[in-house]
Amino acid sequence: MVEFYFIVSAFLFSLGLAIVLTRKNAIFALIGIELMLNAANLNLIAVSSDTMEGQFFTLFVIVIAAAEAALALAIVLKVYQYFKTINLNEINQLKG
Amino acid sequence: MISQGVMYFFGLLAILSSLYILFTNNILYAAFSLVVTLLSVAILYLAAGAEFVGVTQIIIYVGGIIVLMIFGIMLTNEQRVKTNKKAAHNKFMAFVISISIFSILLYAILRLNFGDTKIGVEGNVKELGLALMTEYLLPFELAAVLLLLVLMAASVIASRKKEIN
Repeated sequence: MVEFYFIVSAFLFSLGLAIVLTRKNAIFALIGIELMLNAANLNLIAVSSDTMEGQFFTLFVIVIAAAEAALALAIVLKVYQYFKTINLNEINQLKG
Repeated sequence: MISQGVMYFFGLLAILSSLYILFTNNILYAAFSLVVTLLSVAILYLAAGAEFVGVTQIIIYVGGIIVLMIFGIMLTNEQRVKTNKKAAHNKFMAFVISISIFSILLYAILRLNFGDTKIGVEGNVKELGLALMTEYLLPFELAAVLLLLVLMAASVIASRKKEIN
């Protein structure tokens, strides 16, 4: 069973990476990042049967993921107000 | 104890719904498909005996992050006709990179010797709560401070500045 969890997790990680690399929309990239974080969590849970350390890691990763999503969406909203687009190819200047 | 067939079913469901995210052009459908993926992953957590983490996953991801994302999608929606044309780029390079990473991972996983590593122990919510308040107290408090900081920072970033004078 652990192999199955690991394979599902490898699949989710690769799919998340593909989504981050191909999509132009910033929110799609965020969705890909969430998939990759979930893949890592799945691995940690799969090996946490003896000790519970994997579960603690997963809890803190979920907290960090929530924080990251909230901040990133705030930044995306601000970028949209300024550039009128969230296409990652068109946002190419730093000076606001 | 959840049977193995259920585990395989939800693992496949997670893979299929994330494939749908990769190939769809409608970002709202992608967000809804992400809900299916996250719920299947939560059920996999439950099947592995991590009840607390599974329920946390449902509450935080499905109840919080997805709502935030749909909020962001609706506030930043462009004309769908324009974005549908070329919603993706770098397709070939991304395909090559992800396939190669997946094959490396699969090769490594199939070579691993898991021995008799068991999955799916009984629930241990009580031990988890005790350890969070004793052994893992520092990261727990740090996470609380981090969440407070992020709450303030996100509201400051997203709010419109008032004109002085």
